[in-house]
Amino acid sequence: MGHLSYEESKKLVFRGMWLLAIVTLVEVAVSLFGKGYIIEGIQHHPVVFFIAGLVIITLSLYKAYFIIYEFMHMKYEVKGLAMSVLLPTVLLVWAIIAFFQEGNAWKSRRQQVQKQNKEEVIEKSNMQEGFVPADTKRVEKF
Amino acid sequence: MSTDSAVLDHHVENEQNLWEGGKEPFKASYGKLMMWYFLLSDAFTFAGFLIAYGALRFSSPTWPVPDFVFSTAPFGIHHAPLIFVTIMSFLLILSSVTMVRAVQEGHRENKRGVAFWMFLTVLGGLGFLSCQAWEWTNLIATEHMSVTTNPFGTHTDAGVYLNDDGSKSDETFEPGQTYLIHKAGHGHGEEHAEGDHGETAHAATEPGDYAGYVVNEHGYKQRKYVVTGGENDGAVMAQAFGPKAFGALFFFITGFHGFHVFSGVMFLLIIMINVMSGVYVQRRNGYEMVEKIGLYWHFVDLVWVFVFLVFYLL
Repeated sequence: MGHLSYEESKKLVFRGMWLLAIVTLVEVAVSLFGKGYIIEGIQHHPVVFFIAGLVIITLSLYKAYFIIYEFMHMKYEVKGLAMSVLLPTVLLVWAIIAFFQEGNAWKSRRQQVQKQNKEEVIEKSNMQEGFVPADTKRVEKF
Repeated sequence: MSTDSAVLDHHVENEQNLWEGGKEPFKASYGKLMMWYFLLSDAFTFAGFLIAYGALRFSSPTWPVPDFVFSTAPFGIHHAPLIFVTIMSFLLILSSVTMVRAVQEGHRENKRGVAFWMFLTVLGGLGFLSCQAWEWTNLIATEHMSVTTNPFGTHTDAGVYLNDDGSKSDETFEPGQTYLIHKAGHGHGEEHAEGDHGETAHAATEPGDYAGYVVNEHGYKQRKYVVTGGENDGAVMAQAFGPKAFGALFFFITGFHGFHVFSGVMFLLIIMINVMSGVYVQRRNGYEMVEKIGLYWHFVDLVWVFVFLVFYLL
C-alpha cells in the first residue's frame, strides 16, 4: 500500500476480481475441452491431454502469483521478506519430481507383481507331477 | 585516525540500536512477519497432502475422472461437470476481494467500512462452507462414497453392459470412462428416473451373484458387462471399485481446507466484533489485526486454487 491513492487501489481490487474470475472460467473451459466435452473424442489424443494440463497449471500458478503479490501485498514488502517466504517453496519442486517418480515406480512394481502372480498360477498347475519343489522356481526367479 | 574511530563509534552505535528493540526486521511488524512464516509452514503441509495425492494417482492404473465425479449441483442439476465447484471458487475469490477492501478501509481508519467489508467476507466464507457441506452430503449419502470405499470405478476395456436378467443391453462404454457403482435397491439415488440403465423394479438386493450383476456384502450393485475387443474379448466381468485412496484423499484434503475456512470465519468474526467495539481504534496502527487475518484469509483462497487444480481440473 502507500504507493497508490485510495481510489486507485480500490479500482485495482475490482480489476483483480474480474481477472481471477475470468482466469478461473478459462481454466474450467480448458479442462472440459481436454476431457472432450467441447469437441467430441479429442480426449484420446495424449498431446491434447498434455497441453490442456500444462495450460491449466500455468494459469493456476498465475492466480497464485496474483493473490500473493496483489491481494497479500507481497509486492509492497521488503525484498528480504518476500524471498524468505517464497524461496523455501522452491524445495517443493524436488518433492514433486521425486514423489511422482516414486508413484510411477509403485505402479510398474504392482503390474510386475500381478504378472508374476499370473505366471505362478500357471507354473503351479505345471508342477502337479511333483518333480520340482514349488520353491525352487521362485528362488531362480529372484 | 580520528575518522576511523568515528566510523567505528558510528558502527557500534548502530549495532546497539539494532539490539535495543524498536527496529523491525524486514520493516514488518512481528505479528505480520510471523503470520507469513506460519502460512509458509501451512503451505508445506498442504503441499505434502497434494503431492501425496499426485503420487497415489500416478501409482494407480486408473483414476476416477473428476468431471464425472463432480457433475451434480443442488436443485436437481445433473450432468453439469465442474459447474458447482466453479461457483464455490467464485465465492472464495469474492470473499478475498471483500477482505482486501476491509484492509484498505482499515488503512484509512474507517471503522464502519472495515466492519462492513469484513461482514461480507464472513458471508462469503459461510457460503463456501455451505456449498462444501452440500457436496459432501451428496457424495456420502447419495453416491455412497466413503473414506474406505470408492464406488467411482473406471473402465480399462470397451464393452457392453448386461441387463438385470443377463441379456445384453444397448449401453456401450469405452476405456477410460468412469462409472458409479450404486447401492442395490437405491436405484440411482435422486438423479435418475426409475428403470434407467436397464434396471427392473424387482431386482434382488441380497448379496449374491445374479445374472446381470453382483451384489457385494455391503449392498453395492456391481453390474456385469461383456468386454468387446482387446485381450479379454468376450469375457463377462463385473464393475470393479475405483482406487480406494480417492475417497480418503478427497475427504481428508478438502476437509482440511474446509477446516481452515471454518477457523478463518471464526477469527474473522472475533476480529469483526473487536473492530465494531473500537478495540483497534485505540491502537492507531491502521487496523493491523485486520491485515493479519486478511493474510490468512487470502492464503485459504490460495490453497483452494491448488485444491481446485488437482482435484477438479486435472
